[in-house]
Amino acid sequence: MPKARLTREQIAERAAMELPNGAYVNLGWGIPNLIAAYVPQEVTVHFHSENGILGMGPRAKPGDEDLDLVDAMKVPVTLLPGGSYFSQDDAHVMTRGGHLDICILGGLQVSERGDLANWRVPGAKGAGGIGGAMDISVGAQKLIVTMEHTAKDGSPKIVKTCSYPLTAIDCVDTIITDLAVIDVTPDGLVLREVAPGFTPADVQEFTEPKLLYSANVPEMRLQQR
Amino acid sequence: MTSKEKVYSTVDAAVADIPDGATIMFGGFGGAGFPNNLIQGLARQGARNLGVISNNCGTGEGELGLLFKNRQIRRVIAAFPGPGAKYFQEQFDAGEIELELVPQGILCERMRAFGAGIPAFFSPVGVGTEIGRGKEERVIRGKRYILEQALGADYAFIRAQRADHMGNLIYRKAARNFNPIMATAAKSTIVEVEEIVATGELDPETIVTPSIFVDRIVQAEGKRYA
Repeated sequence: MPKARLTREQIAERAAMELPNGAYVNLGWGIPNLIAAYVPQEVTVHFHSENGILGMGPRAKPGDEDLDLVDAMKVPVTLLPGGSYFSQDDAHVMTRGGHLDICILGGLQVSERGDLANWRVPGAKGAGGIGGAMDISVGAQKLIVTMEHTAKDGSPKIVKTCSYPLTAIDCVDTIITDLAVIDVTPDGLVLREVAPGFTPADVQEFTEPKLLYSANVPEMRLQQR
Repeated sequence: MTSKEKVYSTVDAAVADIPDGATIMFGGFGGAGFPNNLIQGLARQGARNLGVISNNCGTGEGELGLLFKNRQIRRVIAAFPGPGAKYFQEQFDAGEIELELVPQGILCERMRAFGAGIPAFFSPVGVGTEIGRGKEERVIRGKRYILEQALGADYAFIRAQRADHMGNLIYRKAARNFNPIMATAAKSTIVEVEEIVATGELDPETIVTPSIFVDRIVQAEGKRYA
């Protein structure tokens, strides 16, 4: 029986532990959208939405939705005390200008240099859409990508060179997957943690570029197991 | 000198002179802040061969979807046309629509530059990607940048919560989004509002779009929120 990889929720849970108290944070679509629910109780972070919200709270309760207060995924949300509204250009002053401490985006491919491809699958039908991902990737003080380690066909998503259209070059700091936590460093990809039950050699098998790791790579920390 | 009357009696009157081939900016994001009354007015008015600058391209027949359904739009500049933009996607797949995809923050900044009289600017967004292809590139203090052009339009169609008769505007929550930027970047800005109040009734400290950026004001149907 193959070993169980982490679920999307567990990837989100591990990613939430990367958020320091007081950080201003933007979360993208996909797995990142699950992260807010896992922020540890002792940590307060301030969520930014690129349509002009800072201090965004949880999803609005049924019956309390305000259609003028939606997040970047059109979901009705709430505003926390201390929150603010502003225009979309100011929202991107915050992204591109380097004011956000941590941004967490989904990924289709990440290269060993930290290039990110996350907006278009080659050959996909339709016009595609960039949204705010390029501005966010370029400006984030720290960019974390959360994604499954391999594509549906089993091919690695962490690659030597991205073959998908790029979102930004040299932008990713950390990759959190269902198999590992990996840091992008000037020396190469450093395997920081492995999913419970997996060895560094297992992770290497599903990763195209060479991983650097020490003799003892710890297991990924999770709150609930 | 008496002040020019900016308040139009009907939506249809406010959009009556939009010519075929005009380029129009449309505010709105995620269902909030779309000038839906003006969009419906433009659908009735029937101008064709339009160029559109908007974050997205409608949801079904909603928002800009109506103008795509009517085949009034030929050129689009957008950040995220959107999977729900059924009529846009059909016409795009059929090769009937010319599309320029722009990163969302750069879409904002190109409009802001136009409104501020800056013809072009260097930006780090899209360097090394297909967005940077064919654009002038320069290294400034050790980092790569591409040259982005300012973006203006003939008209901006926007929505606000309240206007006074001079055209000072206040927005509501995240319905602000692209509306204030677009107001600065078009030759003529037409705003639909939930409420029109007498000049002097808006607190000057809270005005987001000053009246100089607004040319026509029209009452939107139905106040969504008190």
